[in-house]
Amino acid sequence: MKGLIGLMEAPLPEGPYYGALAEFATPADLYRACERVRDAGYSKWDAHTPFPVHGLEGAMGMKRSKLPWIVLALGLGGAATGFALQTWVHTTAYPLTISGKPLFTWPAFIPITFELGVLGGALGAVGGMLALNKLPMHHHPLFDVKRFSRFSDDGFFISIESWDPRFDASQTVRLLESAGASHVQLVENPK
Amino acid sequence: MSHGNTTALPPERIRIPAGHLIARLPIPLFGIGIVSAILAYATAGSARNFAFSWLIAVLFFLSLALGALYFVLIHYATQAGWGIVVRRLAENVMATLPLFAILFIPILVLMGDLYPWVHELAEGGHGLLAKKAPFLNTSFFLTRAVTYFVLWSAIALYFARASRKQDATSDVATSLRLKRLAGPALIVLALTQTFASIDWVMSLSPEWYSTMFGVYWFAGCFVSFFAFLTLVVMGLKRWGLLTDVVGVEHYHDLGKMLFAFTVFWAYIGFSQYFLIWYGNLPEETVFFRHRLIGTWRSVSLLLAFGHFIVPFFFLMPRTVKRNARLLTIGAAWMIAMHLVDIVWLVMPIVHPFGFKLRLSDLFAFLAVAALFKGLLCRLLSGAPLVPVGDPRLPESLSFENM
Repeated sequence: MKGLIGLMEAPLPEGPYYGALAEFATPADLYRACERVRDAGYSKWDAHTPFPVHGLEGAMGMKRSKLPWIVLALGLGGAATGFALQTWVHTTAYPLTISGKPLFTWPAFIPITFELGVLGGALGAVGGMLALNKLPMHHHPLFDVKRFSRFSDDGFFISIESWDPRFDASQTVRLLESAGASHVQLVENPK
Repeated sequence: MSHGNTTALPPERIRIPAGHLIARLPIPLFGIGIVSAILAYATAGSARNFAFSWLIAVLFFLSLALGALYFVLIHYATQAGWGIVVRRLAENVMATLPLFAILFIPILVLMGDLYPWVHELAEGGHGLLAKKAPFLNTSFFLTRAVTYFVLWSAIALYFARASRKQDATSDVATSLRLKRLAGPALIVLALTQTFASIDWVMSLSPEWYSTMFGVYWFAGCFVSFFAFLTLVVMGLKRWGLLTDVVGVEHYHDLGKMLFAFTVFWAYIGFSQYFLIWYGNLPEETVFFRHRLIGTWRSVSLLLAFGHFIVPFFFLMPRTVKRNARLLTIGAAWMIAMHLVDIVWLVMPIVHPFGFKLRLSDLFAFLAVAALFKGLLCRLLSGAPLVPVGDPRLPESLSFENM
């Protein structure tokens, strides 16, 4: 049980700080700040907003998600499994003549092949999304910052994590301040 | 990218200028159409051959116009936003429906050569056909054909005209009225389109029946319409029209619809085959029996791979849908496959032992293509290419996929 909970915790970077957290007054300020952070070459950072901001993924320089490939692989895998299972059952494991048709009647296998393809794709989409988002995670160091709870109400935040190779406590804070943050602070690693 | 003000759309991008090639095309195209129609009749050899050549050509282009009518009605009924920039193009395609009422006259005149039940009933009728006589008889058939064309033309022209009037008034009330009417109009269209497919295609083999045939026909109409709409957009863009009006985000949605209805067609087509194959009743299986002998077997396989498996994987990636050149290839391919689908439905009746192309098939296709395109060019040059008065046009212009 303890191991399972450990899995659901955010891994922590080494050193005294988890990272830097900056708050912005408006989505527009956040958008411009994201472009600054992106252009400064940071890679391990994130933006937190109460609602989707159009085009933010471009301002953050995010790459396309790998999720479609996971869905495709599991969808095709599910379909192949369904077809193979029926072929094996009908021709080898339990051969039975049904309505005078040959044992290997591929058209009859299509509905289940299709359904397992859909099932595989759907599980791939949900499971893949959770895995890529590192969910479920029951706690995160940013939650220790009181101010951060406003990310789900009216706050717009950027967090830069300290294992980013460009992270430097004073320089990163200065970058965020010059990018128009209304408040910047360093977040300590939990003890 | 946000265009707050639609009046800022430069007219040279959304209007075909007077004297432009597209505006000068209709007259020559009408000429080519009439000459080709005469050539089709002259080269056919028999009235029956001409009737089948003509039926395939008319059904192909009619399905594009019906697909457009579905698109516009569904667009209003669902209050879709993304496609308002391409709605005027669809309105012009559906406004060609009255032309098909005229193009359908040869089919009605020659119905005795096309539909075997006409003569069998005249000789008294027997068995299954005698039971179907209350529906499959000449006078009711003609009445229905007239009804379909009157209803389709009325709905299409009403919606197209109201939208054009809105160009000047920008009246929200027009949008709301059309939205309210779109639902009932869709019900009328779905029913008439289903019965039309039964009348004109299914009754070619009058003892055969499939309860999925109406949906199958719809699937073909809709997927080929999205392919056609994509080609019209790309064609206009090559003339420098619709620049910065229809863009990558709209291609992406056209591609998604093309992909979705490619899958839908396959789902319906396979379901129809599967139930008939499984039930194994002679009066049902005869349809596929005729399409699995000789070269028709190869055409059936071409449909399975060319109309589904290949485009399924080709149209799947996001990059293809957002690339004008690749999407154009996909759309052209799907249009061609839709033609194969119609040939596969109709031609085995006249050439039961294998696919055969006659000169009259080509001339008939050219004739209907030229007349259809001529009218479409005329409609396109008669009004702005986007519904400039639609209050939600800015939403469509700045549309982005999440």
